[in-house]
Amino acid sequence: MPKFMSSPIDRRKFRKMNRRELLKLAPVVALGAFAIPSLQKPLLKAGLGFSDWASAQLFRSGHLAPTFDDSDLTPFAKFPINDYDVDDPGVDFDKWTLTVSGAVQKPGDYTFAQIQNLPKVTQNTRHVCVEGWDVIGNFSGVRLSDFLKSIGADPTARFITVECADDYYESLDMATAMHPQTLLCYEMYGQPLTREHGAPLRLTIPTKIGYKQAKYLTDLKVTHVLGKVGYWEDQGYSEFYGL
Amino acid sequence: MATRAIAVEDAKTGELTEAVHEHPFIVRLCHWVNTVALFVMIGSGLQIFRAFPSFGAKIPQKDLIDWPRSLAIGGWLGGALQWHLTFMWIYIATGLVYVGYQVFSGNYRQVLFVPRDAPGVWPMVRHYSFFGPKPPARQAYNPLQKHAYTSVIGLGVLSVLTGLAIWKPVQFSWLAWLMGGFHWARLWHFIIMWAILAFVFGHLVMVVLHGWNNFVSMFTGWKKEPEYPVE
Repeated sequence: MPKFMSSPIDRRKFRKMNRRELLKLAPVVALGAFAIPSLQKPLLKAGLGFSDWASAQLFRSGHLAPTFDDSDLTPFAKFPINDYDVDDPGVDFDKWTLTVSGAVQKPGDYTFAQIQNLPKVTQNTRHVCVEGWDVIGNFSGVRLSDFLKSIGADPTARFITVECADDYYESLDMATAMHPQTLLCYEMYGQPLTREHGAPLRLTIPTKIGYKQAKYLTDLKVTHVLGKVGYWEDQGYSEFYGL
Repeated sequence: MATRAIAVEDAKTGELTEAVHEHPFIVRLCHWVNTVALFVMIGSGLQIFRAFPSFGAKIPQKDLIDWPRSLAIGGWLGGALQWHLTFMWIYIATGLVYVGYQVFSGNYRQVLFVPRDAPGVWPMVRHYSFFGPKPPARQAYNPLQKHAYTSVIGLGVLSVLTGLAIWKPVQFSWLAWLMGGFHWARLWHFIIMWAILAFVFGHLVMVVLHGWNNFVSMFTGWKKEPEYPVE
């Protein structure tokens, strides 16, 4: 027997001591709340909301997404086409305009030529899908920030929302919308955007997950409040999902 | 070492049994909360993996394995992401609290693997794997245990860093770069999960082998009749 720090204690006292120590672990049981159906949804919503809040904090306006050499590009034929509905919603290019509304000085319908008049930017950036795959693509277009300035968007507005010819819809926080790599894209791999890739105009946002990068844009709104967030977000996906 | 030892007396027979307080409360709390968090992280992670069960190109897609939905958590990709992005905070918090407590309390000394433990690892492996002679137990944790419990902290850190590189490949582009890019970070994240599962398997085998008193000590902190001499 070794030397003990105190004199022997009674067995019953030892059991009581053990019971007390066991009860101190009660907080672990609180995690069981996640197994209760009525609590699970709000708890997970709060958890995802916290992650989105952290994502927004981590976003840095001046930090650029990595860009790549042409030799790193995924061949155009191997750039996946992801839709929720149809590959080609049948946009009539001759009649197409981008309808701008909300907190802007110059609302109205903008033609493709008007948008193309802004400085053209080309970049090789990574496109990451929420499913887990990623590709490196070549995208050309105009900076969304340039377009927002040209339409006199209220810089204090918090969100940009877009609607698409295939009834898809999305939203963006203003900080990401103003990021220099966020493009209104009309060319991929030096060719006009194909219908499957979102002709005539799509979003390219290297700082966001794929589902944020809406195709076949028809409407753009600058707003202080958000109703619907996005097609996937409103089904339970992350609202911010910054990369 | 600040091991609290007592003798427990049977009132009827007067027989004395020794007991030691082996696991401080914070360690036990972190252990069990992390157990739940790890279970959810792996389950939901596998559901996320099911959305694209490959580490190759998207076109053409060659699946690595068709992981069954029944062995995953969340039901669908969006649901699994909710679980994963919620429990990652709990997983990280328990890791930070555990390591912080171990460092500041000095309790790390009983479990941290240090170079002088190295010669003792092989005899333990031989004992468990090939039924070699059992090396005498001198401390609460034998060298193999120290190696396992120290390595798994490293794996835990790597699981978080690789996860961060996948979740934020732009904001932490340097981290993704260190791992060979987003693509590789995703593969590392997957490999590290299996390494942690290998630890869990070994850990559970040891729990079974070392019996009831040892198992109970992770709940109450007290271990009756320890195998090692109490200081």
